[in-house]
Amino acid sequence: MIKAIINYFKEIFTACRTLITGMKVTGYYFFHPKEIITQQYPENRATLQMFDRFRGEVVLLHDENNEHKCTGCSACEIACPNGSIEIISKKEIDPETSKPKKAIDKFVYHLSMCTFCNLCILACPTDAIKMSKSFEHSVYDRSKLTKVLNKPGSKIMAGIKE
Amino acid sequence: MEDLLNKAETQEYFINMGPQHPSTHGVLRLMLTLDGEIIKKVEPHLGYIHRSIEKMSEKDSYYQMVHLTDRMDYLSCHINNEAVCLAIEKGLQLEIPDRVKYIRTIISELTRLSSHQLWWGVMGMDLGAITTFLYGFRDREMITDIFEETCGARLTMNYNVPGGLMFDIHPNFQKRTKDFIKHFKKKLPEYDELLSGNIIFTERTKDIGYLSKEDAISYGVTGPSGRGSGFACDVRKRIPYSAYDKVEFKEIIYTEGDSFARYKVRMDEMKESLYIIEQLIDNIPEGDFKAKTKAVIKLPDGEYYQRVETARGELGVYIISDNKKNPYRVKYRSPGFSNLSALDTMARGGKIADLVAMMSTLDLVIPDIDR
Repeated sequence: MIKAIINYFKEIFTACRTLITGMKVTGYYFFHPKEIITQQYPENRATLQMFDRFRGEVVLLHDENNEHKCTGCSACEIACPNGSIEIISKKEIDPETSKPKKAIDKFVYHLSMCTFCNLCILACPTDAIKMSKSFEHSVYDRSKLTKVLNKPGSKIMAGIKE
Repeated sequence: MEDLLNKAETQEYFINMGPQHPSTHGVLRLMLTLDGEIIKKVEPHLGYIHRSIEKMSEKDSYYQMVHLTDRMDYLSCHINNEAVCLAIEKGLQLEIPDRVKYIRTIISELTRLSSHQLWWGVMGMDLGAITTFLYGFRDREMITDIFEETCGARLTMNYNVPGGLMFDIHPNFQKRTKDFIKHFKKKLPEYDELLSGNIIFTERTKDIGYLSKEDAISYGVTGPSGRGSGFACDVRKRIPYSAYDKVEFKEIIYTEGDSFARYKVRMDEMKESLYIIEQLIDNIPEGDFKAKTKAVIKLPDGEYYQRVETARGELGVYIISDNKKNPYRVKYRSPGFSNLSALDTMARGGKIADLVAMMSTLDLVIPDIDR
């Protein structure tokens, strides 16, 4: 009988002790706020830096003369599993040889269909495209997610061949 | 009074748990037949997040089909990718550089750790302790940072390609991983303090959701859930792949078969994962990060099967090829689907409030069940 009573109180005591053990951890972090690693987004937008390999969205690289490296070979379009890249090409007269040459008219990129698998970047033979670090993609209208990546008036860099 | 109770008729009734229920961790619908609060029958209904990944793989090339497996069991995406790549490499009879094997193993174990950390946090939260969720995510953040730096993405990494890896590891990879191991070894006892000993938690998991070894085997319950019932089913130990034959580790087995045993298996597995990474991280051999493959892969006629151990259990990849550039048929044997099938046996006769704890210890990821 007495044993049962002792056991009863013992159980209550151990139960309380396990709860306090857990509370100890919580209390430790309450008094050590420096160990908390929470980032205050979007307040830290100015300093927030993504890693180099971060896969945000596909961009076509342009230099300061508004020239890019895309030859319109469609390797990225074939590599893409979801059809998020569409290359619309045109025929252009090469000024050096005065022969017709294939060039891109529009590099259409459907961001809404992209799964960020990086296969297009690996497929590109001229390193014309790249994954950018931007990640804030939300817009109010879905049609804004279809982008034309080549800037107006841009042309291919000299010396880039398929 | 007794008379009255005997006269009173009870009626079985039916209730829907899900598809939109916070503790089913996704769109899983459980049709429950109840008598009061006693569970008579659990009938899972699937199909709410079916994306036909197997069928989509048939139209994709072998390079393209890898990234779809990210979306199956998104918490062990690297291991899924690895399984597909290993199956394709088996078909091509490709010799994979040792460096690739080591890196794959390290990242697989990091994935397993991050998955278990998330599971631990969510397990606490399912039973009403939001604190654990925040602690689990704090440590998981370090791993996702490692992934982000080396693979480019935090969750759907797609770091494996048939033949090797997409790029070499980042120069910071080894340092960051070692930092993480040092950090997490200090923090792991906190997990035990917070939850494992907690009286409310143990009362709700001990002797609840019992699954016998025989049932575990007959339902094909694998992974930590199966090992909690004493079923030695660790693929890493039984049929080693990648670099698992070069490392030492224990296969964690508990024989109790209740929810707490499954919990303990995962807690101990985290320690083993840390131990595996420690053995490999300093010994990554030099060499190529990718074997040479053709631009268009064509597997020779035949059937190829590869099994790996994900954080949830055994994942099987079955590819039939007819010598074309895309597979003829792909089938995934996902661990979540088999584990879910045992839920009915576990839950029968139990209370409805414990069902959440049982589901939590099975560690269900719904997109994995419903590919």
